[in-house]
Amino acid sequence: MKAPSGHSLSSAADLLAIAYRIEADAVERYKLLAEQMESHNNAELVKVFRDLARAEGIHAEEIRKAGGDDLLARAARLGWKKGESPEEVDLAGAHYLMTPWHALQLALAGEKRALDFFSSVAETAKDAKMKEIASEFVEEEAEHVNLVYRLLRKYPKPPDEWSEDPDAPRSQD
Amino acid sequence: MSAIELRPACKPADYKSEVSPIWCPGCGDYHVLMSFTRAFAELGLAPENTVVVSGIGCSSRIPAYTTCYGFHGVHGRSLALAAGLKVARPDLTVVVASGDGDGYSIGGNHFLHACRRNIDMTYVVMDNRVYGMTKGQPSPTTEPDFDTALSPGGTGLSPFHPLVIALASGANFVARAFSGNPNETAGILVEAIRHPGFSFVEILSPCVTFRPDEKDWKNAVHPAPVGATSDPAKAARRIMTDDGFNIGVLYRGNRLPYQTKTAPQSIDLTELEKEFEL
Repeated sequence: MKAPSGHSLSSAADLLAIAYRIEADAVERYKLLAEQMESHNNAELVKVFRDLARAEGIHAEEIRKAGGDDLLARAARLGWKKGESPEEVDLAGAHYLMTPWHALQLALAGEKRALDFFSSVAETAKDAKMKEIASEFVEEEAEHVNLVYRLLRKYPKPPDEWSEDPDAPRSQD
Repeated sequence: MSAIELRPACKPADYKSEVSPIWCPGCGDYHVLMSFTRAFAELGLAPENTVVVSGIGCSSRIPAYTTCYGFHGVHGRSLALAAGLKVARPDLTVVVASGDGDGYSIGGNHFLHACRRNIDMTYVVMDNRVYGMTKGQPSPTTEPDFDTALSPGGTGLSPFHPLVIALASGANFVARAFSGNPNETAGILVEAIRHPGFSFVEILSPCVTFRPDEKDWKNAVHPAPVGATSDPAKAARRIMTDDGFNIGVLYRGNRLPYQTKTAPQSIDLTELEKEFEL
């Protein structure tokens, strides 16, 4: 079984390590997005991204505890040299006027990719323990996907003019 | 007890300062910062022995966002500052950050001679093909048909070929990266910093505000079809015939870096002052 990085996942410990990397990467990116929104006075989005970072952080910490003492070293060894985390939150998708709906779309795309990744591990793993852990992650990621869908009901899609700015940046005349 | 204090290895987050970046959301430079911190962690660089030097522009804000030493210098003069620093303190790891305007226009001449001198440092240019900080003027790498209020109908000028110019001028390592792939970019930066001599890494880093068309770069980039060569003529030919979106290490040279030992030895300042006595 291959990790997204191309490294081989040969044990349950490897799977926990790569799962930790996936969650830690998501925390980093959500925090960065929260910072960006704070710089641009988009307070509603600051809260959304901080909440998402907190949720991913709790999950990362749970995995860290389950992974034992060598998890961080193993995670560093298995880290990505090529490609990005399946749960990568696309920073390029940010906009200074984005709404919670857009933030949740970014989150949804990441959660769905993570779900696909763990589903694929659960289906193909030969090791029974690895298969069991991957199946647990599938359930958790499915819950996350459902959670994002529930939040999207609270934050419907904004009108098409959401990015219109009466004082937009423009080239100097 | 040893006088050497052992400390745990740094994580990428340890290289990020408490200053919040103020680039536009969606800017590629956020990813570049992420690549910097990941590369520094991978190399295990001590922040106090690492210096990020920059000029002026959006990309040049990056030193403030790291915990390394930084020098936010004069427009186009980052390489001159960095060269002086590295020659005076060869023990430091020096990384220079610039943009296509700062690096190729205002600092174009320094770029040529930094390549030629081959001092052991890494030059990273975040190329978004526009002057973003000053609101969208065409830069040396802007396409000739970039049609704006400032350049009606486009400039009609052929863009600068930084990678080929770097090769022709003597750079010892040449690579192109894409900001949207921060892990891959970090890997290239690790190689660039490790490679002796002057390493040049051009990072395609979209400006989402003044060049929204560059969002499509993530679909345009692809790995270079062949690995790096040590033949500069071959590397230049490959780059001149590619589509501008080949990503990877394109050239690894083997020129000896500039050595302070081969430079004139330091002289006694009091002796020097005597020559200026009236």
